[in-house]
Amino acid sequence: MRLLYFAWVRQKVGRGEELVDAPAEATTVGALVQWLQSRGDGYADAFADLKRVRVAVNQEHVDFGAPVRSGDEVAFFPPVTGG
Amino acid sequence: MIRVQKEDFDPGVEIATLHRGRSDLGAVVSFVGLVRGESHGERLTSMTLEHFPGMTERELERIEREARERWTLDDALVVHRVGELKPGERIVLVVTAAPHRRAAFEAAEFLMDYLKTRAPFWKRELRASGEHWVEARDSDDDAALRWR
Repeated sequence: MRLLYFAWVRQKVGRGEELVDAPAEATTVGALVQWLQSRGDGYADAFADLKRVRVAVNQEHVDFGAPVRSGDEVAFFPPVTGG
Repeated sequence: MIRVQKEDFDPGVEIATLHRGRSDLGAVVSFVGLVRGESHGERLTSMTLEHFPGMTERELERIEREARERWTLDDALVVHRVGELKPGERIVLVVTAAPHRRAAFEAAEFLMDYLKTRAPFWKRELRASGEHWVEARDSDDDAALRWR
């Protein structure tokens, strides 16, 4: 699974992207985030307040209940502020 | 058409290019977003726009497609800049062309409202007190919701 991080989520996590072997039980975005939160202080900080985090799976906006599987590209970022 | 680029754009040239040689258009509406020189009571040194390459283009294309489904448009253009920008610089251009003005006005506003809540761009400001990520505003969500 390829994970991407943008804006302050990227800064807190400490990297822009990574390839991970998520545990088998991480079948939704929410479960994947629970696992990420346990991977260190940077992750715990980035995912401390999920109301401030948005997700895209394979470049489509989704919510935390959306399914994920190996091979997906999952991106985490703050609410967008373009325009 | 949509474009994401570091370079500046010339609104006059973009508008002229869009309607050159055409006699089917009755109205062209354009919006230009600029970098304000002040934020949270401080002078802004610069603003850096980060984006999600690939998804940004796809999302802008989706938004344009939706505008064309809702209104009778002859053409639509969205140009959004990324990278470091100074106060007064242009950030975004939306141009819509239609047989009549109302569709052009409404579609331009729709494109901006949806772009602000869906296109993956993030602004970081450099001010006297340091670097700050711009927070998303509820008013932008409300603006997008009224098109539902």
